[in-house]
Amino acid sequence: MKATVRKIVTVVEETLTEMGQLVNPPTRRAASAAVIENPLAGRYVADLTELTEIGEELGTLLTERAVAALRIPGSSVESYGKAAAVGEDGELEHAAAILHPKLGTPVRKVLGKGAALIPSSKKRGGPGVALDIPLGHKDAAFVRSHFDGMEIRVNDAPRANEIVVAIAVTDSGRPLARVGGLTKEQIKGEDGLR
Amino acid sequence: MSDVRVRKRVVVVEEIFHEGGPVSATPLRRAAALAVIHNPFAGKYEPEIAGFMDDLKPLGLQMAKSLIAALGGDPKIVEGYGKGAIVGQAGELEHGALWHVPGGYGMRELLGSAKAIVASTKKVGGLGTRLDVPITHINASYVRSHFDSMEVGIADAPRADELLLALVMTTGPRIHARVGGLKASEIKGEDGLR
Repeated sequence: MKATVRKIVTVVEETLTEMGQLVNPPTRRAASAAVIENPLAGRYVADLTELTEIGEELGTLLTERAVAALRIPGSSVESYGKAAAVGEDGELEHAAAILHPKLGTPVRKVLGKGAALIPSSKKRGGPGVALDIPLGHKDAAFVRSHFDGMEIRVNDAPRANEIVVAIAVTDSGRPLARVGGLTKEQIKGEDGLR
Repeated sequence: MSDVRVRKRVVVVEEIFHEGGPVSATPLRRAAALAVIHNPFAGKYEPEIAGFMDDLKPLGLQMAKSLIAALGGDPKIVEGYGKGAIVGQAGELEHGALWHVPGGYGMRELLGSAKAIVASTKKVGGLGTRLDVPITHINASYVRSHFDSMEVGIADAPRADELLLALVMTTGPRIHARVGGLKASEIKGEDGLR
């Protein structure tokens, strides 16, 4: 591994009822987050290749962990998202270097598909900072039932010289989704949008 | 008799490789199983509540099973445990105390001869409240290397009329434990303390 990983946290959430209504089958989502050392903490480095390559290996590692936690094949994943929190001695661009250039390809390899943009968020913060990972359908970004978000936090991370990198996957949309729009049954799957 | 109505289940696994010291060949794992249930006593003072402990026993067992499954399926690897509860704001702290018996029962049932008292904590809180669940060795409370804790919480729970119940298991000592005291290898295992 190029990354120095201190910790990996994997979370599975299942929602069984909402407002007294049964959610059947329960909606399920999983996130896996790695706490890694930020090799560029505390100094300005123009070339972010080191982080870009770390992003590539975390794309595989975290997606595999999250999919395994849902106990489904990668091809059954319906929506996804990614996020990163940079500790106080890093810069926001470090999160961008991990998330954007190379992380997506291995994610899609684990899932078999993934025509849609992987929604993302990033921030700088201290230990315990909450990451709200945006979620969208993996094959058609406009599927309204799957616009969602999942909060994850690691109480002792990121330290000043660390970055928390998280990937979330689901086997479903929101519980009791009922605000219309494109449904997953209507996906054409050509352009990643509809 | 009250129905146990589960709204949400969450399982979290932390894998800790190092904390600034040597990378461990066997990462420490901490797992938490959380359940968000309806609090049947919310909003009123109910003198007789103890019967609900029996109703909670199947849930305690199911959560303990999901924890062991999340740790790989073999109960023998479990070395530490703890439990906790967060009571939504329309309930009272005493409702959280209902978890002591069924939570402990569920874990002991699967861990066989676990002799030590299950460390616990509880509080009243709102959505997203975090709880530091204390952890001690399952056979001898005084084993210093296994004094630990795991922070848990769910962004959208507990609602006012809910209880968030937690069980935690760990697979070993703190990752760089080195402050002396009773060692796991020195356990007599007679009284649950040493």
